[in-house]
Amino acid sequence: MTEVPINGAEAAEEAVEAPPRPLPDHPTLAGLLEQFDAVEWRLSSGQDTAVVPKSQLRDFALAARTAGFEMLVDLTAVDYLRVRKIRFEVVVGLLSLQHNIRLRLRVPVPAGEPGDDPTVPSLVPVYPGANFFERETFDMFGIIFEDHPDLTRILLPDDWVGHPLRKDFAIGAVPVQFKSSPQVT
Amino acid sequence: MDQAVTPPGIILTSLGKVANWARTRSMWPATFGLACCAIEMMAAGTAHYDLARFGMEVFRASPRQADLMIVAGRVSQKMAPVLRNVYDQMPEPKWVISMGACASTGGMFNNYALVQGVDQIVPVDVYVPGCPPGPQSLIHGILTLQNKIMSGEITY
Amino acid sequence: MAEDTRAPKPAREHRDVWITAEEAPDWMSHSTDEGAQTMRLDESQQRLVEQMGVRVADDYVLDDQISEDERMIINMGPQHPSTHGVMRLQIELEGEIVRRVKPIIGYLHTGMEKTGESLMYMQGGTNVTRMDYIAPLFNELVFALATEKLLEVEIPPRAQAIRILMTELNRVASHLVSLATQGMDVGALSMMLYGFRERELILAFFEKTTGLRMNHNYIRAGGVAADLPDGWEEDIAEIVEKIPIGVADYEDLLKANPIWEGRTRGVGVISAEECLAYGITGPPLRATGVDLDLRKSQPYSGIEQYEFDVAVGSNGDVYDRYRIRVQEILQSLRIVQQVANRMPAGDYRTDDRKVTPPPRKRIDESMEALIHHFKLFTEGFKVPEGEAYVAIESPRGEIGCYIVSDGSAKPYRMHIRAPSFANLQGLPIMLADSLVADSVATIASVDAVMGDVDR
Repeated sequence: MTEVPINGAEAAEEAVEAPPRPLPDHPTLAGLLEQFDAVEWRLSSGQDTAVVPKSQLRDFALAARTAGFEMLVDLTAVDYLRVRKIRFEVVVGLLSLQHNIRLRLRVPVPAGEPGDDPTVPSLVPVYPGANFFERETFDMFGIIFEDHPDLTRILLPDDWVGHPLRKDFAIGAVPVQFKSSPQVT
Repeated sequence: MDQAVTPPGIILTSLGKVANWARTRSMWPATFGLACCAIEMMAAGTAHYDLARFGMEVFRASPRQADLMIVAGRVSQKMAPVLRNVYDQMPEPKWVISMGACASTGGMFNNYALVQGVDQIVPVDVYVPGCPPGPQSLIHGILTLQNKIMSGEITY
Repeated sequence: MAEDTRAPKPAREHRDVWITAEEAPDWMSHSTDEGAQTMRLDESQQRLVEQMGVRVADDYVLDDQISEDERMIINMGPQHPSTHGVMRLQIELEGEIVRRVKPIIGYLHTGMEKTGESLMYMQGGTNVTRMDYIAPLFNELVFALATEKLLEVEIPPRAQAIRILMTELNRVASHLVSLATQGMDVGALSMMLYGFRERELILAFFEKTTGLRMNHNYIRAGGVAADLPDGWEEDIAEIVEKIPIGVADYEDLLKANPIWEGRTRGVGVISAEECLAYGITGPPLRATGVDLDLRKSQPYSGIEQYEFDVAVGSNGDVYDRYRIRVQEILQSLRIVQQVANRMPAGDYRTDDRKVTPPPRKRIDESMEALIHHFKLFTEGFKVPEGEAYVAIESPRGEIGCYIVSDGSAKPYRMHIRAPSFANLQGLPIMLADSLVADSVATIASVDAVMGDVDR
């Protein structure tokens, strides 16, 4: 993949549209986001997205649940190795049945020091359903969810080394004999 | 059997044939359904394709009662030890059909998670191609195995 | 909803287990009696809520208060006929009663999300369709919808109608497999034969249309791979006519069957609050009385123009889930009939040349069209930078696709929110304090497809 300076482009964009803090149209979302100064709101291909600092993640999730987001439908992560300054991003999908809206939380998680894994607070105390999703994200990205009740590998064998969905983990293809492909990693 | 007057050696080989005939006509597969192919294996066992016509419908849940393992689906690195364990529990003589592209070669998933071909773990007698192979293909694979046993190509 | 489910768990008393505390110390003596399963029918809502996450922990800490000869941990799977694939359960038993369950998954982990990053958007369908292999068209549809959301292409009405037609037929086929295997697990073996009999009708139509019985790669970004085959109206008419007859057979067989009712009513109960807390969607959620159906609440591909009802249960037990699946079969056939009646004319894929190749005729005539075709299939189309999450209602619940694009022809990150994966979290709750014989019925009613869980 080519190295796209997404970060730089985004920073420039933010500087232009800075002053009045943008807020979503939906009153529930607007009310929720007003409570948190550090949370940024964005519209990402038609979807309300909140960029939440990881220190406020649990408080924000609790407020979101109180505001009517009953269900955590999805939790995953993206590895922006060499694309963004902050390497990981945990992405949480919330669904509100009563308002029939979705909210996506994006939590930038910096990679730790070498040999030290990135950490983010667990959402299990707020949404028990985050349990499996966080275990999967830990398994695939090596992101430690603090205070998770049972943060163990879920999909891969227990003695596995590495986290496959990180960008620096090769896909692990074996060369196919009949074509001796040179570029197989 | 029609050669009762011939010397005893011939009778022994004929007995082998009888044994092979018996083995092919009531071969009990172990249910080793893993993924997509398992659904087609189930479809092969039900009324529309009716595997019972070939004396094969008795899918055994316990490997100790089975003599054919149909590896139906992709075998992950986590599943591989289990698969070998199940194979070891089956009594001799035993045969293995590798059903589908994933079981045979890893299929389209040439990655860290899958065993690239179940023949790295257990000896395979018949490979059934397809993704997934239709029930007809599976039945054809089973009949091929029966023929191989009958003709003495696979011996025990 | 409990504020902090990780609080130290109170030690469980034996008599706490049954819901009314009056049933005092002799609970063990009649727990295996006939009719003991129906005890949970009297369970209060309050008690169900209390159960959430408190009783069923995901870790195995041995409770010293249980005497050694009563507690036993058994291992079920990964090679077990009624786990529907390669799921493994660690079940802690006291006598015949299940206390705690820990699902152990990953035995079918195929690394599809990693593979998806190395496949172009056009090839991605072959990858995702192998996830939930009982309902493959839903995987393709959600992947195509997420790609289209980033591409911002218009899908012609005929393509949308074909998508709805195919996915709703797939829903019928999926529920038929679910009913068939559930029947087999509980002991109604005829159900297995009947369910697969009707499914063959649909699979024959799929084979005719897409070329494959399963794993079609039929729904692609920009439309579908091919138009419906000639004579599809007759095939659909046959399906719509014959499957309700089959369903009537199942109703005769199961609906008022006292054995079936005894094995399913009041078994594997989960409450609406628990479902919401654990992200459980689809028939298990609707069986508790919540009418969350994304086809109604957040419609996709023009499904809002067809009339259908959302089947909702009330007790949240195995029987209600079974009823919902039967009704959804009939409702889906209703949608199929409506789609067939007013199938719009037009193209089956978008005419946006960025995404779809030129028509076959133009390739013969024009060099540019040939080059265009070649480039599209070797280099793929580029998808604008951005991220998108799309969710649709699969037979198992909300299936979602989250794609992050960096502007190239391959997704930077492709994630599928698998409904079975989330629904499996409810299994420990459904199984807690039930009889071990009921576990098979409960597992079958969740209808988790392991390919979907492990991906």
